[in-house]
Amino acid sequence: METPKISRRGLLGASPVVAVSAKAASAQTPEAAAPALPDAPVRRRVVLKVNGESRELDLDTRTTLLDALREHLHLAGTKKGCDQGQCGACTVHLDGERVLSCLTLAAQAEGREVVTIEGLARGGKLHPMQQAFIDNDAFQCGYCTPGQIMSAVACVQEGHARTDHEIREYMSGNLCRCAAYPNIVAAINQAKSQMGRA
Amino acid sequence: MRPFTYERPKAIAEAVSMARSEGAGHVNAPVQYLGGGTTLLDLMKLDVMQPTRLVDISRLDDRLLRGVSRNREGLRIGALSSMAELADNGMLARDYPVLQQSLWLAASQQLRNMARVGGNVLQRTRCPYFRDTSYSECNKRIPGSGCAAMDGVNRLHAVLGVSDKCIAAYPGDWAQGLAALDAVVEVLGPGGARSVPFGELHRPPGETPHIETSLQPGELITGFVVPGEPWPRSLYRKVRDRESYAFANASAAVALRMRGDVAEDIRIGLGGVATTPWRARTAEGMLRGKPLTEAAIRAAAEAEFAQARPREHNRFKVALGPATITRALLEAKAMEV
Ligand SMILES: Cc1cc2nc3c(=O)[nH]c(=O)nc-3n(C[C@H](O)[C@H](O)[C@H](O)COP(=O)(O)OP(=O)(O)OC[C@H]3O[C@@H](n4cnc5c(N)ncnc54)[C@H](O)[C@@H]3O)c2cc1C
Ligand code: SF4
Ligand code: FES
Ligand code: FES
Repeated sequence: METPKISRRGLLGASPVVAVSAKAASAQTPEAAAPALPDAPVRRRVVLKVNGESRELDLDTRTTLLDALREHLHLAGTKKGCDQGQCGACTVHLDGERVLSCLTLAAQAEGREVVTIEGLARGGKLHPMQQAFIDNDAFQCGYCTPGQIMSAVACVQEGHARTDHEIREYMSGNLCRCAAYPNIVAAINQAKSQMGRA
Repeated sequence: MRPFTYERPKAIAEAVSMARSEGAGHVNAPVQYLGGGTTLLDLMKLDVMQPTRLVDISRLDDRLLRGVSRNREGLRIGALSSMAELADNGMLARDYPVLQQSLWLAASQQLRNMARVGGNVLQRTRCPYFRDTSYSECNKRIPGSGCAAMDGVNRLHAVLGVSDKCIAAYPGDWAQGLAALDAVVEVLGPGGARSVPFGELHRPPGETPHIETSLQPGELITGFVVPGEPWPRSLYRKVRDRESYAFANASAAVALRMRGDVAEDIRIGLGGVATTPWRARTAEGMLRGKPLTEAAIRAAAEAEFAQARPREHNRFKVALGPATITRALLEAKAMEV
C-alpha cells in the first residue's frame, strides 16, 4: 500500500491524536505530583522500520505502536478492537514474532522490524495465507481478519499448526465476533503446505 | 495515560540506578520497569498505574537475565526469558513439566511472545473494580476506600488468604509452580543483590492490599532458581470458563516424588482461588510420607479448603479447588516418568 510522506512539522501541527491526549493529560495531572512527573507530554524521535521502510516520527512517548501505524503512518490495515490486549485484532510481527501492537509502545519497536498486513503481499501477489482466507471464506465482517492473518502466518512459521487442535489452541488469542473459526482453521491448513513448513 | 519519560538503559546497573525511587511498594513506585508491558501498559491506559518514568529492560542483553541453565544447585531461569520461549523449551517440558505447562496454558501466543517471566510474577489482579477507575471503592487502588467486590460481582475472587480489606485473586499461572517447587527469587536493587524465597515474594492483602510484594521500589528481579533435583513427575491443571485463553477459576501445580505408592515428597501450589500464589501446606502435610490414595487426597484437599472464606458468587471454588487438586495429583501419580 502507498503511504503518504509525513513531515515532522505536519505531525506536530495536525495530529488529532496527540492534541487530544495532551489536553486530557494536563487536565488529569494531580496537584501532589510525584517529583519526577513530567507536567507536559514527553516527545521522542522514533525511527520505525515498517514493512522494510524506515520512517522517522516525532511522537508522544505514550503513543502505542498501533496508533503510530494507524494515525501517524496511515497504515490502517492493523485494527484496533479492544485496545487492552484481549482480542488480537492489532497483531503485527516484531522481529518475526507476533505481538499485540496495542500493548507495545512505538518506542519499544524502535530499530526493530515491524511487519503489518500491508507488508505481506509480494509484487502484487497475495501471501498464501491471504489467498487461503479468501478461498476458505474465513471471514464475514473482516474486522478481525488482518490480525487473524498475521497471527496465522506466525503460527505456521513457529511450527504450531500441525493439527487442527494445535491451530485452535495457538490461534486462541484472536477473537472473531462473526465466529468464522472453522473456516480460519481450514485456511491455515491450506496455507501451511504452501508456506513450505508446518 | 499520563505523560512519562521513556528510558532504555544499556546495562543492568544503569537500569537499576534509573529505577531508584520512593513509593509505597514496588508496583506503586513512580518508576516502573517495562518488560513485555502486557500488565503495565494495560493498567496505564486504564489509569490504574501512573508511573512517571518507564525503564525499558526488555532489550537488556545480559546473561544474568536471559535463558535457562542448570548446575549442581538446580535450575536457573533468567527473568527476561519470554513466556513463549520457555513454553517451547523441551528440557523444561521433560524435567519440569509443571513449569512448562503453566506457561503454555497461560494467555495467548502473542502475549507469551511479549511477556517475560519476571514481570509475570508481578502481574496485577483482574478484579474488575480494581481495573475500572469509575469505581471509587477499591482498597488496592485507593487505600482506605473500601472494597466494591466484597458485596459485588465476586465470582472470580479468592476464597483463600482473603482479608476484610480485599478478596482479589492472584490471576497468574507460572507463579504456582515456582511456589510449589520452593523457588528462590534473585533480586538486584540499589543496595545490591539479595534472594527472596518465592513464598515470601507475594504478601497476603491483610490491612494493606495495595502493597502486593516484599520487593522494594526499584528492585529488579534478575532470575529464579529452582533448587535440587528435577521434578519430572509434575504437572499443571487449569480449570477455566473456556478451553483456551482464559484465567484460571482454579488451578493446581503439583509435583511428586514417589516410592511405590508412597508420596515421599509432595508439592501443591494453587491458583485462581487465593489472593497470592498459594502453597497448600495443610494438604501436603496430610499426604507426605503416606500412600497416595484417592480417598486420602480428597480428604487432604478438602482440609485445605476448610479455611476458605467464600462470598456470594465464588462459593463454587470451595468445591472446584479440592476437585482440581485431586485430579491433578491422581494424574501426576499415574504419569510415566
Ligand atoms: C488478555 C490477557 C490475558 C492474560 N492471560 C493470562 C493467563 O491466562 N495466565 C497468566 O499467567 N497470565 C495471563 N496474562 C498476564 C500476563 O501473563 C502478564 O501480563 C505478563 O506475564 C507480565 O509480564 P510483562 O513482561 O508483560 O510485564 P510488564 O507489564 O512489563 O510488567 C509488570 C510489572 O512488573 C514490573 N516488572 C517487570 N519486569 C520486572 C523485573 N524483571 N523486575 C522487577 N519488576 C519488573 C513492571 O514494572 C510492572 O510493574 C494475561 C494478560 C492479558 C493482557
Ligand atoms: S477485591 Fe481488592 S482489588 Fe477488588 S475491589 Fe476489593 S480491594 Fe479492590
Ligand atoms: S486491539 Fe490489541 S488486542 Fe485488542
Ligand atoms: S470476521 Fe467479523 S470479527 Fe472475525
